[in-house]
Amino acid sequence: MSETSAETKHPAHLHHHFVDSDQQFESSKMGMWIFLVTEILFFGGLFAAYIVYRAWYPELYLEASQELDAFWGAINTFVLIGSSLTVAMAIRSAQLNQIRGLIINLWITIGLACTFMVIKYFEYAEKLEKGIAPGIYYTYDGLEHEKANIFFSIYYMMTGLHGLHVIIGIGLMLWLVWKAKRGAYHSEYYTPVEITGLYWHLVDVIWIFLFPLLYLID
Amino acid sequence: MSTPEASTTKKVQVRRYKPEENPKEHYLNAEKGVWAWMTTIDHKKIGLLYLGSITFFFFVGGMLALLLRTELLTPAQSFIDADVYNQVFTLHGAIMIFFFLVPSVPAALGNFILPLQLGAKDVAFPRLNLASFYIYTIGTIFTLIAIFTGGIDTGWTFYTPYSTQTGTNVLLMTFGIFILGFSSILTGVNFIVTIHKLRAPGLTWNKLPLNVWALYATSIIQVLATPVLAITLLLLVMERALGIGVFDPSIGGDPVLFQHFFWFYSHPAVYIMIVPGFGVISEVISTFSRKVIFGYWAIALSSLAIAFIGFLVWGHHMFVAGQSSLASMVFSFLTFLVGIPTGIKIFNWLATMYKGSIDMKAPMLYAMVFLFLFTIGGFTGIMLGSLAVDIHLHDTYYVVAHFHYVMMGGMVMALLAGLHYWWPKMFGKMYSEFFARISCVIIFIGFNLAFLPQFVMGSQGMPRRYFNYIDQYQAFHQLSTIGAYIMAVGFVIMAGYMIHSLLRGKPASANPWGSRAMEWQTSSPAPHHNFEHIPVIINGPYDYHKPMSEFQLGIAHSTNGHQSFEKVDVNVKSAEEKA
Repeated sequence: MSETSAETKHPAHLHHHFVDSDQQFESSKMGMWIFLVTEILFFGGLFAAYIVYRAWYPELYLEASQELDAFWGAINTFVLIGSSLTVAMAIRSAQLNQIRGLIINLWITIGLACTFMVIKYFEYAEKLEKGIAPGIYYTYDGLEHEKANIFFSIYYMMTGLHGLHVIIGIGLMLWLVWKAKRGAYHSEYYTPVEITGLYWHLVDVIWIFLFPLLYLID
Repeated sequence: MSTPEASTTKKVQVRRYKPEENPKEHYLNAEKGVWAWMTTIDHKKIGLLYLGSITFFFFVGGMLALLLRTELLTPAQSFIDADVYNQVFTLHGAIMIFFFLVPSVPAALGNFILPLQLGAKDVAFPRLNLASFYIYTIGTIFTLIAIFTGGIDTGWTFYTPYSTQTGTNVLLMTFGIFILGFSSILTGVNFIVTIHKLRAPGLTWNKLPLNVWALYATSIIQVLATPVLAITLLLLVMERALGIGVFDPSIGGDPVLFQHFFWFYSHPAVYIMIVPGFGVISEVISTFSRKVIFGYWAIALSSLAIAFIGFLVWGHHMFVAGQSSLASMVFSFLTFLVGIPTGIKIFNWLATMYKGSIDMKAPMLYAMVFLFLFTIGGFTGIMLGSLAVDIHLHDTYYVVAHFHYVMMGGMVMALLAGLHYWWPKMFGKMYSEFFARISCVIIFIGFNLAFLPQFVMGSQGMPRRYFNYIDQYQAFHQLSTIGAYIMAVGFVIMAGYMIHSLLRGKPASANPWGSRAMEWQTSSPAPHHNFEHIPVIINGPYDYHKPMSEFQLGIAHSTNGHQSFEKVDVNVKSAEEKA
C-alpha cells in the first residue's frame, strides 16, 4: 500500500483502526460468520438433546408430533424462506445504491417475520389451552406416552429459542430501517445490512431443520 | 488497497522508528477521569480493567481457599459447619474458574498485548470488546447476588440431579455464568478476526509471535465450546424453573446427559485456561534465553492440536458414571494423545534454553516454576486418564492435586510470568527484581507443600470435598494448610512490591529485556494508538541473531523528505494478501 492511500481518503464510516473500507468490511463479515458458528453450536446442544431422547423414546416422538399442526408449520416455513429472499434483495438494493428499495425490502422482511411470530403465537396459544405446557406444567391427557412432557419441553425450548432469535432479528431490521432513512447506507457502505442478512439466513436455516424434525416425523 | 497486479509481494519504503523513552503522553494519560475509563474502547485499558477484576476475584477465591484449608487443620469440625463448607468450596471453584482463570490470560493479558504484537491500532471490534467487559461485569453481579441470597453448594460442576433439587440459589448462579459465557465468546470472535485481518504489513502467519498462535487456538476453543455451556446452563435453569425433565431423573431426564453436555464445554475450557499460558511461556523463554525459539511450527501447531484433541476427550470425566466401556477406552486413548502436543511444547522450550544465554529475571523464574509444576501436573493427568488407575483415584485428593498443579502451577505461574514480563509495558514502571524473586521462591515452596501431600493422601483414599476426615490423614492436611499459608505470604509480598512499583517504581525503558518482539518496539507505556507509525515486519519475532534496527521499521512518510532518515526498500507480504 502506498503511504498516502490511508490518509487522503477517510470516509465517515471508517473506524480509526482500519486501513480502509475493504478491511473493515471483511473484518465485520468474518466476525459475523464466526458468531454464526457459535449460534450453530448453541442450537447444537438442543439438537443433541433431541437426538438422545428420540433414540430412547422413538414412539413418543411419532405420537406427540401429531399434536403439532404441520399445515401452519409449512406456512411458516414459506414465510421465513420468503423473508430470506427479501433480505437478500435488500442487500442487493444497498449495493445498487437504491435506498428506497432497501427500506421497502426491509419492511417486507419485518412484516414476514412478524407474520411468523403471529402464527407461532396462535400455535402456542392453542397448545397451552389444551394443557400442553412445558415441563411440570404439562396437564394434557390426550397422549398415552408417560414421557409426553419431554417431547414438548424440547419442542418449546427449540422453537422458543428460535422465536427469540426472530424477535432479535426484527429489532435489528427496525434499527437498519431507522439508519437507512437517515442515509447511513449506500453502495460504498452497507456492512450492517449485509451481516444482519447473514444472521437472518441462519435463523431461517435453523427453522428449516426444526420444521421436519418436529412437525413431519410421521 | 491491493493493487490488482501485485500478486504476493509489494515494495514499500521503510525507515527506522526508534521508540521514544519515557514519553510524556501515553495511553494512561490520553484520556482522564473515571468516566473515560469506564467508556474507553482502547484495548489496553480494557485489558487493565479485566486485570483489576481478575485480581479482585483471585483475592476472593484465595481467601475462600484459606478458609477451607484452615477448617481442614483438624479432622473434626473446627469453626465452619458442613453446609457452609460445601458453599465455600463451591464458590472457591466457581470463582477461580469462571471469574479468574477463563478471562485471566486471554481477556486481561491478551487484550493488552495482542494488538501490540500484531502492530495493529486496536482489536477488530473495540466497542464489542468494551461490551464484553460489561457483560462480564453483569455476570459477576448476578453471581454475587446469588451468593448473598442463599449461596450455592453443588460444586463448580453443578451436577444434576442435586443441582435441580438443592435449596440454594443455583438458578441465579448458573444464569450469571451463562451471561459470562457471552463475554468469553465475544472476546474469542474479536481475537480471531483481529489475527486474521489486522496484522501489520509483512506480518505473515509464519512470523506471528507464538503468543498470538496460542491466543488464536484459545479463541477457537472459546468460540466452539462456550455456546454448548450456554445451552447446558439454560437447560439447567429451565429444569429448575419449569421442570422440563431433560436432566432430572425424577421427571424422566438423564443426569449423565448433563455430564456429557457440561464436560463438552468444561474439558476444552481447561485448555482455554492453559493454552494462552503456553503462549506467554514461549515469549518469556525465548526473550530471556536470547535465542531463536526452537521448533517454531511445532509449538504453533501443537497449540492448535491441543485445541482440536481437547474437544474429543470430555468422556474421561465420566469413567465411573456408567458410560459404555468402549466409550471409556476411546476417551482414555484420546486423553493420552493430548500428552503428545504438550510434550512437544515442553521439549521445544527446553531446547530453546539449551546453549542460550539465560537471564534469570523474575519472568523467567516464573517460567521455570511453570515448567517444573506443569510437568508434574501433566504426568499425573496421564495417570488419571488410564482407566484402571482412575477407578482408584476418582474423586480423591489426587484429582484435586492434579488439577491445582495444572491450573495453579501451570496457568497461574504463566500468568505471573506474563504479568512480570509485560508490567513495564503496561505501566512504564519497573518493580523490585529482588522482591519479585523472593516471592516467586516463596510461592514455589508454599505451592509444593500445599499440594504434594494431597497426591499422597489422595492415593491413600482421602476423598475430595469432605469437610472432615479420619485421623490418619491429619499430618498431610496440616502440611497442606501450612503450604497454603506460605503461598499467601508470597502473594502478599507480591502485592506489596507491585503497589510500590505503581507509586514509586523506577521508570522503565521501552525495551527493558532487550526483546525482539514487536510490543517492545514502542514506548513504555505504549502510546494511545500503540504505534506512532505503521510498523513493517521483515524478521521473525525471535530472530535474536539479527540487529535490533531491523525490528523497528515502519512505513516512511514521503512528506518528511527533509529529514535525513535512511530509507530502505523492502519486499513485504501484505497482511491483507495472506492468500
